[in-house]
Order: sequence, then structure tokens, then C-alpha cells
Amino acid sequence: MAWRTREQVTAVIRQRRRRTDRLAERLMAALSAACVLLVPLIAAALWLRAWPILRTRPLGDLLFSTVWRPQQGAFGFFPFIMGTLWVTAVAMVLAVPPSLLTAIYLAEYAPPRLRAVANPLIDLLAGIPSVVYGVWGVVVVVPLVGQRVGPLLHRWLGVVPLFRQDNPTGYSILAGGIVLAVMVFPIIIAVAQDVIRAVPQGLREASLALGATRWQTVRNVVLRRAWAGVMAAIMLGFSRAFGETMAVLMVVGNIPQVPRSILDAAYPLTALIANNYGEMMSIPLYDAALMGGALILLAIVLVFNVAARAVLVRWVGS
Amino acid sequence: MVPRPRISRRKLEELFFQGLMIISTVGVLGSLLLILGTIVWRGLPALDLAMITQTPKGGYYLGQEGGILNAIVGSLYLALGGTLLSMVASLPIALYLHFYAARSRWAEVVRLALDVLWGIPSIVYGAFGFLLMLWLGMRASLLGGIITLAFLELPIMARGMDEAIAMVPAALKEASYALGATRFETAARIVVRQTAPGLLTAVLLAFGRAIGDAASVLFTAGYTDRLPDSLLSPVASLPLAVFFQLGTPFPKVQERAYASALVLTVIVLVLSVLSRWLSRRLTRHVIR
Repeated sequence: MAWRTREQVTAVIRQRRRRTDRLAERLMAALSAACVLLVPLIAAALWLRAWPILRTRPLGDLLFSTVWRPQQGAFGFFPFIMGTLWVTAVAMVLAVPPSLLTAIYLAEYAPPRLRAVANPLIDLLAGIPSVVYGVWGVVVVVPLVGQRVGPLLHRWLGVVPLFRQDNPTGYSILAGGIVLAVMVFPIIIAVAQDVIRAVPQGLREASLALGATRWQTVRNVVLRRAWAGVMAAIMLGFSRAFGETMAVLMVVGNIPQVPRSILDAAYPLTALIANNYGEMMSIPLYDAALMGGALILLAIVLVFNVAARAVLVRWVGS
Repeated sequence: MVPRPRISRRKLEELFFQGLMIISTVGVLGSLLLILGTIVWRGLPALDLAMITQTPKGGYYLGQEGGILNAIVGSLYLALGGTLLSMVASLPIALYLHFYAARSRWAEVVRLALDVLWGIPSIVYGAFGFLLMLWLGMRASLLGGIITLAFLELPIMARGMDEAIAMVPAALKEASYALGATRFETAARIVVRQTAPGLLTAVLLAFGRAIGDAASVLFTAGYTDRLPDSLLSPVASLPLAVFFQLGTPFPKVQERAYASALVLTVIVLVLSVLSRWLSRRLTRHVIR
């Protein structure tokens, strides 16, 4: 090897380090691009597989027909879409108020010692697998709804069709909603608490100095400031509840009908796909229909994401 | 005449909402404890050594001898593989967002994509993984499950790492650059070490999601009573073991489903405690 001057050696080393840096940049950029392309890729793959059914049937029929008979080639997704929406809606109605109140309490009122116990516990429970929530649902929630809550609602509020009980088993939208609500508690609480804690202390002090009570401060100052973040917390909870499969599948009854009461059984899209993947290759068009179901789920998630972002941008902007 | 002491309306409102908040907090924490309590109370009686050291023998699903070792091992393999694969993609993406694309429009696009991916239901990942495997000509297998779980974990891990790296003080990076380090050297040698606790938390969070997820492996990993012997053989998983056993009409097998759920819960909780402990240990390398 030829002798090199000190300057030549440093130049070679510098060149090598720069080359590594550029190579790393290219690799990382490629990975990021792949990650951005993943969403369209998933959509395209599902679309392609669902194409045989999308091609032969009008979209309106697929989305709004209530007839689901795979053997006869009838694929109406309406009952399943409604099942998903009902269960998610019930879950959010049950989950949002207590989660937000708890988040406010832990962020604004709770003594530090309680916070130090409660928060790790909530984190811990955020990690519990959904199938475990499902087991809890089967063991505790379903009998509770079937034997206690259902009859009670029926007796006192049965005039309203929403609370009529024609299904004494307890495997119902309400059971699914309760299980999902408990599942999303930790998510909403953790995020909402962070957001509320991030509101500058000076704002609170100003409000309190003007003679407002603590609750007035929370309502008029803290929540107004943290509104966007709280909505984001609710959205995260919604995403989790909406896409949940196992926990819901285990408690919701899985009867393909358009529900009329929260005590009826329902059949969410996620459960439809999970329950029938075994047979989907043996009935013509069935696989296309199930992949179409996955595509519908994806579409709803995307629409919700975009809508939430638009709302947030508008509100944060103003 | 002495005026009667009256509670003002705003004081009343304050008390009302404080009461509501305390009731909510107690209710939320109570319901979460109730779940743990239920799993322990129903799972513990059915749990014995055979459950966690044996694979299912003939007639296991009718109540005969055996255990769920196949599912325990399978779940660990699946989640470990998925986490490793996902890490290989997540860490570069998170570093890229802060070192090469910092404050650019493209970084916002990547973050948006990750947020959207976060919200995609796991069953959709399962369906996508299944289509990917059909296309590659693979059968339901350990590898298929690992790939699908890696997709599922990617947004969780990458966003967690992204947030951890965002906490690094700018001065640290600037000091590194001032000494002549390249961006890659600063990222790989300085920042990764500085944020190790945060990165680890993100990794373990994703691992916990992966080991507990049933819907994505349903299509892609299959189920078998045997221990996996290659990446291409089908593999059992704990969430599916819980689900299948609960679906049988035999009380004895259903009790084993509770016990399996307990095993899964214990794994997840141990992981969570471990993550706290490890991240506290790793903070020794952090410069403040």
C-alpha cells in the first residue's frame, strides 16, 4: 500500500463517514416512503380482492341491502355496518363522560399520592389483551345484562323501542358496548389527562384570582384551552373501540339483523370477518365479500380520521 | 335577625361536579380492578403445572389431559418476531423524522400516515397479511403471523419512538454536530443512547399489543397443537387458545380458557413491570 499523507487519510475517513451518512439517509427515506405508501397499498390489495363483488353488484345494494345469504350470492352489508356503528356508539356514550371526569379529577383535584397509584394502574390496564376483556364480558357482563340490567331497562324504559328487551340471553349490543367502554377508559383517560396537565398554570391562577371556583376554572378556562386535545383523546378511544374484534365478537350475539334496541344482538363487521374466514374459500364470491367488509372498515376509519383532523384544524385555528 | 347561611349556586355546582368526578374515578378504577379480579378468581382454580408445561394431548378439547404450552410458545415467538421486524423499520423512521426530515412537510405526511395506520383495525391487518401471503404463495405460518404483527406494531412503535426522540434537548444534538459528527453518527451513537428508556418503552408497548392480538393472527398464523418447528409451520397463540377453548361446550375446557386468559394477563403484566424497571435502569446512561 502506498504511503499517504495525514491529510489524505483524514480525507478518506471523512469521505467514508459522509457516504455512510448519505446511505443511511436514503435507507431511512425509503422506509418512511414505504410507511406512507402502506395505507394505499392495503386499500389497493383489499380492493383488488373485493373487485369480483364490487364489479357485479351496485355499491348501493352492497351497503344498504339487508339480505346476507352467501350460498345464494346475496351479500348485503347493512346489518353488519349497523352492528358496528351501534356497538361503537353505545361504547362511546358509556365511556366518554366517566373517562373525562376521571381525567379531570386526576389532573386537577386528586392528591399526588392518589395520582401516583391510579396512573400506573391505568397504564397497566391499557395493556390487557382484548380477549381478556372478552372473557370478563362473557363471565360478568353478559349475565348482568341478561338478568338484571335488561329487565330493569325493559320495565322502566320499555316504551322507548331503544330499551326493549326481546332477547333474554344478554348477548347484546349493550354487553358489547360495556366491554368496549371499559377497554377504552385507559386510553381516553391517559391522553386527556396529559392534555389537561399541559394547560399553563398561569391561566388557572388568573381564573382563580378572579374568584372563580375550581370547577368554573376547569369548565371555562382549562377545558376551553384543552378542547382539541380532549377531542383527540376521544378519537383514539373511538378508533380502538371501532376496530375491536375479539372482545366484541365474544359478547355481542352475532345475529345478522338490523338492531332496533340496545338489548338486541348484533353482528359487527369485524366479527363477520373473523367468524367466517374458514369458509370463505369454499363459497364463490365469499372471500371477495369478506375482503369487501375489511375495505368498508378501512374506509370508515379513513373518513373518520380525515373528518376529525378537519374539525381539529378548524377549531385550533380559530 | 341573623341571615340564614346559604350555599351559593356556584358552590353547589362545584360540589356536584366534584362528587360526579369522584364517583367516576372510583367506578373506572373499580371496573378495571374487577376485570383483574374476575380473571384471577376464575382462572386460578383451573391453572396447574400441566397447563403451562404440556402441549394438548388427544381429546384435550373434550376435557382430557394436556396443556397450552403450544399457545404460550407460539405467542412468544410471534410477538418476539413481529417486534424485532417492526423495530428494524420503526427506529430508522423515527430517527429520519428528527434528523433528515426535521420540521419538513414530508415529516408531517409520515406522521399522518402513522396516525392513520394506528387507527386501522387489527382484523384489517389480518386480511391484508392474508392477501400478502396468498400472493407470495405461503400457507398460514409463523412467518405469516410475524409479518402481519410487524405491520400492526409499526405505527405504535414508530410513534412512541418519535415522541421519545422529540424530548432530546437541541443542545445535545448541536454539541454533537459541533464536534464534527454526521447526522447519522449523532442519531445512532448519541440520541439512541440518550433516549434508550423511551425507545424501550415504545418497543415493549408494541410487544404487549402484539402478544394480545388475536384478530390479525387468526388468518395468518393458523392454529396447531404442536410446537412450531420452522418459520413456515403453523403456530398456536394464546388469545386464540382462550377463544377456542371458551367456544367449546365443556365446562372443564371453558375453565381452562379462563386459566389461559390468566396466563396471558400475567405475561402482559410482567412485561409492563419489567418495562418500568428496565427503563429506570437505562436512565443511568442519560445525560441531563
